[in-house]
Formats: sequence, C-alpha cells, structure tokens
Amino acid sequence: MPKLIIDGTEIEVEDGITLIQACEQASVEIPRFCYHERLSIAGNCRMCLVEVAGMPKPIASCALGVNDLRPGPNGEPPEIHTKSETVKKAREGVMEFLLINHPLDCPICDQGGECDLQDQAMAFGVDGSRFKENKRAVEDKNIGPLIKTIMTRCIHCTRCVRFMTEVAGVSELGMTGRGEDVEITTYLEQGMTSEMSGNVIDLCPVGALTSKPYAFSARPWELRKTESIDVMDAIGANIRVDSRGREIMRFLPRNHDDVNEEWISDKTRFVWDGLRTQRLDQPYIRTRGKLRPATWDEAFAAIAKKIKRGNGKKLAAIAGDLAGAEEMFAMHDLMTSLGSANIDCRQDGAAISPNAGRGSYLFNSGISEIDETDAILLIGCDPRNEAATLNARIRRRWRTGKLRVGLVGQETDLTYEHDYIGAGPDSLKALAQGKHGFTKVLKKAKKPMKVYKPPKTRPEQR
Amino acid sequence: MLKDKDRIFRNLYGFESPGLKAAQKRGAWDATKKFLTKGRDWVIEEVKSSGLRGRGGAGFPTGLKWSFMPKVSDGRPHYLVVNADESEPGTCKDREIMRHDPHLLIEGCLIAGFAMGSNAGYIYIRGEFIRERETLQAAIDEAYDAKLIGKNNKNGWDFDLYLHHGAGAYICGEETALLESLEGKKGQPRLKPPFPANAGLYGAPTTVNNVESIAVVPDILRRGAGWFSGIGRPNNVGTKLFCISGHVNRPCNVEEEMGIPLKELLDRHAGGVRGGWDNLLAVIPGGSSVRCLPSDTCQNLPMDFDSLSAHKSGLGTAAVIVMDKSTDIIRAIARLSYFYKHESCGQCTPCREGTGWMYRVLDRMARGEAEKREIDMLLEVTYQVEGHTICALGDAAAWPVQGLITHFRHVIEERIDQYSANSKPDGAVREPVAAE
Repeated sequence: MPKLIIDGTEIEVEDGITLIQACEQASVEIPRFCYHERLSIAGNCRMCLVEVAGMPKPIASCALGVNDLRPGPNGEPPEIHTKSETVKKAREGVMEFLLINHPLDCPICDQGGECDLQDQAMAFGVDGSRFKENKRAVEDKNIGPLIKTIMTRCIHCTRCVRFMTEVAGVSELGMTGRGEDVEITTYLEQGMTSEMSGNVIDLCPVGALTSKPYAFSARPWELRKTESIDVMDAIGANIRVDSRGREIMRFLPRNHDDVNEEWISDKTRFVWDGLRTQRLDQPYIRTRGKLRPATWDEAFAAIAKKIKRGNGKKLAAIAGDLAGAEEMFAMHDLMTSLGSANIDCRQDGAAISPNAGRGSYLFNSGISEIDETDAILLIGCDPRNEAATLNARIRRRWRTGKLRVGLVGQETDLTYEHDYIGAGPDSLKALAQGKHGFTKVLKKAKKPMKVYKPPKTRPEQR
Repeated sequence: MLKDKDRIFRNLYGFESPGLKAAQKRGAWDATKKFLTKGRDWVIEEVKSSGLRGRGGAGFPTGLKWSFMPKVSDGRPHYLVVNADESEPGTCKDREIMRHDPHLLIEGCLIAGFAMGSNAGYIYIRGEFIRERETLQAAIDEAYDAKLIGKNNKNGWDFDLYLHHGAGAYICGEETALLESLEGKKGQPRLKPPFPANAGLYGAPTTVNNVESIAVVPDILRRGAGWFSGIGRPNNVGTKLFCISGHVNRPCNVEEEMGIPLKELLDRHAGGVRGGWDNLLAVIPGGSSVRCLPSDTCQNLPMDFDSLSAHKSGLGTAAVIVMDKSTDIIRAIARLSYFYKHESCGQCTPCREGTGWMYRVLDRMARGEAEKREIDMLLEVTYQVEGHTICALGDAAAWPVQGLITHFRHVIEERIDQYSANSKPDGAVREPVAAE
C-alpha cells in the first residue's frame, strides 16, 4: 500500500492504481477528457497533468501508476501537487490548445449543458483566446441513423475508438491522418453496425458524437430525470429516463457495476420513439373474421358485452411484456372478480414452468460473476443480440485471457473467440459424453458457467 | 583534430566496397568471437567505461541503457531494435554508415544483442532509404552466408537480424512510436513508463539504439574503452559523425572527435562559411530540433553535448546547419515549424494543436504581418507545448522557435515595422523586400 502526499495531505492508496485514481480517493478533482476508468489508458488529452515533486516535467496523472513513484531519499512519500502554479498553467495551456480548433457553437450544440469541455473550460481554462488564425474544419461523417457527427468539434480523445475496439469488440471507429489533420471516422464512412454503438454518445466529452434521433429536441436542464430499469431485454439495465412534460425524450444508462456497468445497448437507448410515435392508437374489432378499425368507445363496448355474458372460466388475459405492474395488478383483480383464473404473461410462449421455480428463469449466479468465471457454455442463445451488455461483460472477461467460451446453437460472431460445439441436442449429448474437447475445459474450470435461453412452447412468430 | 588512425568509419565516403571482404579488410568482424567469449558483463562494462553516449540525439549513456535489460529472461525474449529511421532535417550520418559500412552495424548488432541476451534484432530503416536498405540487406545476407550471424554461427551466439522498412514518418524515429510501427500499428509514441527495457516490442524487454551508437561498439571493443574515452573531453568522449550542411563551401559528412570547435570543424572540413566567417548569421548545431545559435556564440564553441546544452542548444544528432547572412532566419525557422506541424502524429493535444498554431504565427511573422506582442505570445505557446507532450516531438517543435525568438527577436520586430511602414492607407500591402 503506497503512501502519497497529495496537496499536503498524506494518504494511503491501493496498489496498482493510477495517480488520477489516487487523487480521486483523496477527494482532489483532476480534469480529464481521454481518461475513462472502463477503457484503456491513452494519455493523449494532457488535461490531467499534475506536478510530482522531483520530476522536471508535469506528469499525466492518468498514465502513471502509484507504484511507479519513488519515495524521497529519506523514504518520505512522493509529493503530488495539483493546485500549484505549474499545474494551473499546464491546464490552462492544454485547455487553450483544445479550444483553438474547437468551434464556438455551444448555442447550437446538443452537448451544451452536459459538455465536459464546456464545464472544464469554465473551471480550468482562461476567459479569452489568443488564437487569431483560421480554425480547422472537418467534414462530418455519415455513420448511420443513430449517431450524429459534427467532427469539427472533436478533440481527438479517442474514447469512442477505444470503446468500440475494446468493449464493443468491433473495430468500426478509428483515427486516420496525422497531426492536426487527424480525423475520427469509420472505414470509408461505413455506417456503424455495433449493437453497443450508442454508448459513444455518452463517452464523447464534446458534441462531436451526439444522438441523431434526439437531435435538437431538448436541453439537458429542461429534462426531468427519473431513475428506472430497462425492459427491452432480460438484463434489466439501470437507466435514467429523461422526460420533458409528459414526453420521454431519451434514455441514458446509469451505473450499476453488477448489471450493466455504465453501458446500455442501442435497443435500450433508442426505444423511446416507440413510446411517443409508434403507439397503439387505433383499436380494431374483428367482425366476420376480418379486422376493421373502430373507435375506443366501440372497442370497450365490445369488450364489456363479452364480459357481461358471465362464464368467467371462458375468459383469459395475457399481459404484454411491456405492461406495467399496476396495470397487470388491475387486470389480475378484474379477472379474479369475473371468476377467471386464466391469466398469463408468457406472450412469447416461453416455457417457464411454475414447477421449476424461480431459478429456472433467473441468471442465478449473477452477471458480475462473469468477472470470475473461467469457462462459459452458451446454449441456444446469442448474447450479442439478446443481451448486448452481458455479451460485453463476457468479452471483457475473455480479454483477460482467463476465459474459454463454448457455444451450442446457431453459430454467430460474438466479438470474442469461442469453441463452436454444434447446433442441436446431439452436440449437447456429445459434450455430456465427453466426446467434445470443450468437456475438458468445463471439467478443468473452477467456476464454470452455463448460460441458456429457455425453449419456447411454440415456434417463434416472425 | 581526429587522426586518421582513430577513425572508426574508414569507408564513410564509399571509396571502397561495402561488401564483406572489403569490410573485413578494414577490420570489421575481427575478433568478434573473442569478445563474446568474455561474457555479457564484460561487454556492457567495456561500453560503459568507454563513455559512449547515444548518438541518436539525447546522449544517454549507451552502456547504462544496455544494463537496464533484465539479466535473466523471465520467459519473454529480449529484443534489440536499431533505430535507422534517420529523419531529422540536416542529419545524414546513419545513411552513410548503412550505405558504405553496413558490416560495422551488423557486427555491432550481434555484440549488442549478445550483451542484452537477445537472439533477434530488428533494424527499422527509414521509408525513403531505398538504396540503403538494399545495401544493408545485401550485407545482412552476406553475413548470414558467411555464418557470422544466424543460427549456429561462427561467433557462438544465435542471432537473427531483420531489416524492416518504414513508411517514411518522422515520428517513427521516436523509440516507442518505432516499436508501434514495427508491430504493424500506427506510429504513435507510447506512454512511459513502462520503458522499453521492461515492456517494449511485443511487450518484451527491448533496447532501442541509434545506428551510429551500435556501429561504433565493435571498434570500441577492439581498441579498448580507454582509447575511445581518451578522445574528446570528459563526459563527451569518442568520435562523432558530423553532418555539415547549409551555407558552407563544401557541405560534407565527417568523422571528428567530440568537442572540436565549430569554427575548426567548418573551416577544416567544409571549406568554411560561404563568404567568410564574418558572413555567418547563425548555426543550428544538432539537427533541426535544437535551438539555433547566433554567430557571436559560435566563435569558440566546442561541439559536444555538455557545452552546447550550456548554451541552451544541443548536440542532437550533430547535424550542423550553417546559415549565412543571406538567410531569412524567420522564414527558415518557419519552414522547420511547418515540418513539425506536418510530422506531428496528432495523438496528444499540445503538439497536435500547438505545432499548427506556431507555424501559422511564424508564417505571418516571416511576412511581417503580425503584432509585436505576438512575439511573446508565440514564445509562451512554445513553453505550453514543451514538456507537456507524450514524446519529445513537442519539445523538438518548440525549441527552434524559442531559439529564433531568443536570438533574433530584433529581426522579427524589424520585419513587423517594415510591414506596417509599407502598408498603404487603403489597406493594400506592398510585398516586403524578399531576402534570399
């Protein structure tokens, strides 16, 4: 446990952390753009420079491990200054450099109000500009329907590039060119296809990558923020619902280390338009085998007429996946009062049996256990598309080199290496009989994990 | 002045063949095996006590650098990487070694590889060096055929040498960017620590040395550390290749002892400054990245690491760029600034944004189209870049501008005055009188 003196206060910190983390533990704020604790260290924005006593130059605190610091000649702990004149000058200098080619278009920028550059320029920058030359302009890239680019605003922190390469597992973004001509782009301006791509919007510290569907629709300070849980997949990602008046404007992830960390899938992020524009706004009544448009009054009259016939046993209700708890409870009460016990929520035909108990549909070991498992057998599921953040978690574990993954089911690109075992029950049988090499992996594993998707009682309807 | 018998590069001008036979006649590959039998520690100790300082620019003691390599491998291989990406404007010494005396380099690689427990060496050669690559590759092939290097060679240390051709980027001369490029990635410097001696090429312990540093090692061992350290001044010893270019009568490369006075160097080997010594305006003593020195400091200037850094300049690669009084010094430094703007990798902020800013201001200043207070602003910008970047390119971009402002502020001010005096009331501006 190395000891440090940060701004005059002695503090003992964990082994192996970086200086920026140590400063955080000492409640000292260090400005940063490129540093992100869930991504690899780039050290390129130079905003987090601090002064270490005895070192001739300011040091990027994100890139220096506390264990690399040497104690003084008499064993005194290394001294770090974050409020000295040198540090102040260094920050102002870097901030000035970042701003010389950054457009002053905050009034029309969607990042305005939640922009790291804006905030840190206020806190650590100077008020004027000495730059009189022409500003750089960069062509915007069309990278698909979800992410809007205004590349002139880019400060080249490469957070997005590192996210796509490391977390999402597809090298869809990269930096081309050199010097002040560097540009973040997809290869030949191809659209981004990753199921996690929307996270680069949150990661971008400036307004270079913003949400296309949300563009120009609201300002962060006029939104009401409600904490919630996502229902688009079985993960239950923690999200924040931003609404204005009665309209939901966007979904953002909330951090939860045991569930989604701070990522959400694109399905989660961009589903909000379904709540506003793609609503069920027209009831239909089936007469003589054909659906015809009706009014709500007609529809409810039709329902009431049927219910009033009595015989509750012939009634049944199915709750949709997206129905709220209150509505389902009201429905339950209604059906009970009518004498019906036929209620169900398995609208997709999932074969969940009450006899098997709750354990049959839960992710029993917990998502965070993926960080410790050494072998995963995926059966009949495609986590990349069905639970994208879970897949990212498996990928992260795989990147440590301590995880082997086997797949039974449809072969697909999971963004990490895996042993494809086979498509059907035969391959499961082979696995059980030890006829496949992956059996050995599972046997040797100390904490193996099996992930499977429950079968359906009826074929999926497309 | 260096005596002929003390020269290491006896075929610097290519009067003889670069081939193996001719090289052996000149002394290369002589007693190599004997040095290897004396053991790793002896080699490192000999290089250390010779006082050899790295010839790539920073002047870090070579023997000390080698001693940072782990003594015992932890399972990872060790690598020797030779930096032959000689791209510093004004520098053309490694080129001559690879063209005309490649066997000294190859022999040096074997010895250095042995000293650091490395069985594989990579020479990263600059993209523009096509002929040099061909000559060097031919020499490597010769050495393989003669069983001087390779598996089970005559010298008793398995050593494979690979020549890798770069793509012509200045930044790939920075050691960690070079490693990135060698690994097939984009040439961008890495963060240090970890230093290459801990985690370099493919994450394995690596030492990156300049061509000249490696090529002088065999001769140091052959003639003894005392011989090498006896040349020059204390802490600045040995022979050094100087590349003299610019406004001299006979631009040339020459091997001289460290610490030779600049005046003697120019007069004896380059035929003196064009138009006589009094016509000298300034000298850039160590390649484009060091601060220039005005003529009055050049009178008694020993050319070595310590005395040049005492003048706030540097020996760098010992590429002496001479500028006589016909030079438009602002334009000249603006051109260097353009070079650094062009070669910045774009990774970290101060260099990416600062190099363009510095160049543009200088470009205006060269025309006089600036204000005098901008001179101090420019100086401040250079200090904002210097020391705030991942690699030394930021420093390299800032120093020439600092040298210009320190020594030639009056020229910039005159140019600005001249420009304002020439502007007409309607705002139209006459072209300033062009210097040559």
